[in-house]
Amino acid sequence: MNNPIKHALDRRSFIKTAGVGAASLLMTNKTWANAKKPPLGHVVVIGGGYAGTTAAKYIRLWSENNIAVTVIEKQGQFVSCPLSNLVLGGSKTIDDLTFGYDLVQKNHGINWVQDEVTAINPDSKKVTMKRGEISYDRLIVALGVDFNYEELPQLASASAQEAIPHAWKAGWQTVNLYQQLSAMRDGGVFVLTVPKMPYRCPPGPYERACQVASYFKKHKPKSKIIILDANPDIVSKKGLFIKAWADEYAGMIDYRPNNVIIDVDVASKTVTTDFETVKANVLNIIPPQRAGKPAQMASLTEPDYPWCEVSFLSYESKRVPMVHVVGDSVAAGLPKSAHMATSQARVCASAIVELMHGRTPDPSPVFANTCYSFVDDKQAMHVANVYRYDAGKKIMVSADGGGVSAKPSLQEGQYANAWAVNIWSDVLT
Amino acid sequence: MRFIAASPSLPCTLFRCFGLLTFLFLSGAVSSTETNQTNFIHIRTLAASCAACHGTNGNSHSTTPVLAGLDATYFSNQMLAFKNGRRASTVMHHHAKGLTDDEIMQLANYFSEQKRISTSAPVSQQLKAKHE
Repeated sequence: MNNPIKHALDRRSFIKTAGVGAASLLMTNKTWANAKKPPLGHVVVIGGGYAGTTAAKYIRLWSENNIAVTVIEKQGQFVSCPLSNLVLGGSKTIDDLTFGYDLVQKNHGINWVQDEVTAINPDSKKVTMKRGEISYDRLIVALGVDFNYEELPQLASASAQEAIPHAWKAGWQTVNLYQQLSAMRDGGVFVLTVPKMPYRCPPGPYERACQVASYFKKHKPKSKIIILDANPDIVSKKGLFIKAWADEYAGMIDYRPNNVIIDVDVASKTVTTDFETVKANVLNIIPPQRAGKPAQMASLTEPDYPWCEVSFLSYESKRVPMVHVVGDSVAAGLPKSAHMATSQARVCASAIVELMHGRTPDPSPVFANTCYSFVDDKQAMHVANVYRYDAGKKIMVSADGGGVSAKPSLQEGQYANAWAVNIWSDVLT
Repeated sequence: MRFIAASPSLPCTLFRCFGLLTFLFLSGAVSSTETNQTNFIHIRTLAASCAACHGTNGNSHSTTPVLAGLDATYFSNQMLAFKNGRRASTVMHHHAKGLTDDEIMQLANYFSEQKRISTSAPVSQQLKAKHE
């Protein structure tokens, strides 16, 4: 068994003992991969998505297993948001996008706790879960986005979210939306609402419109799609999406910008904006978003802005020392994408390894981001950029030379699928 | 020199000079080690951001080219060709143009030193009822 922690102790006793000091616990364990070197401490990661799992893996890799890592994740399976719009188009199933955490745990000796975080105490460096408590030397919060139902109280209940799915965290919500589209009559209206930026996956809503249109074109050609966008314009790959809608789905997609939701009637699936009231046969509201709940618990978010300010050299919170935030919860002004989340996680992992060795993190991190969108079941297009730390502004800025595809293509569809296989392998093995 | 003027005897002066030289040598060595470490982690993290398309340490599981163990000259020539437009591409020019020539050279060396390994890709599975 590769996991030295589990090998020596059951989960309950590890959680109890880790608080006393991961170093003393781990040094007594003869199965420790590098027994000659003393372990450098214990990092706890909250969240097993793209960002959290990547951070956990790379801390283990780059510390040569000398930092103990525990991941706390509520769900038992990893379900990919990237490619989940293809479930709505009918070319993928949700099972194609669902994976276990067993390989990444075993390959890297990560202690894995399936539980829900209920409190974080940065003063005592403890995380409380429903079924236990755990101490950390450094904490990484990687909880993605939380849906802000305070802005949309009509959808706060589980029954309302079943009637009007968000399908913006992949899983049964995605299946629910697909089933509603399947049950809809030909000639029905699908209404998709887009929240104000920033939200997870900027091109995602427009890709979703393509996927639903692709499904309608094959199965329900009289149906229509209305996009009510709270933003003043299409926020990503605008020219490419407009062309794809005109070329492939002429007359099917009605895009309406500057439409902020002010009311929703769940029973009649009717949405009201400042300008109009629209009744849907299938209504998909992507809710307004903010940093994940544990970030709120630890007061990592800004008082007037629901996202987390961090140092882009280490992703350590600007508000709470020894707590790092990676992924969609970060206030970065950068696209909240899976690739971005993994890139941030690796910069964070590298910095933590250096800091725990008593060394200085890289003062000028650089990383890449590639985001593909499918316009139908086979053709995709990208936006790709290199991001570089600007020491003057102290933020990551887009380097020269980035951009979008000339046009969607079958070749880029293959690249997009290759991207998915490789990022899943990188994160989950 | 103030240092010598303050010294009461030649042997003592030589000893102090030796001490100073040793200090300068060692501090230079430390500084050089730090620079090497900083440079190493800079390139390692940048290289790791290629994993989304090219796999961990350049070991691709799919049709994307394997970068692990690739000849460094071949890698840098291709990347420079993407950067200056001599080689057409769909996406790679958007990455190559954002990198410095030095980063491209160092990425070439980094990937050339990575072992080509065969690992298992994760296998998809049925979504369980208790997932959200």
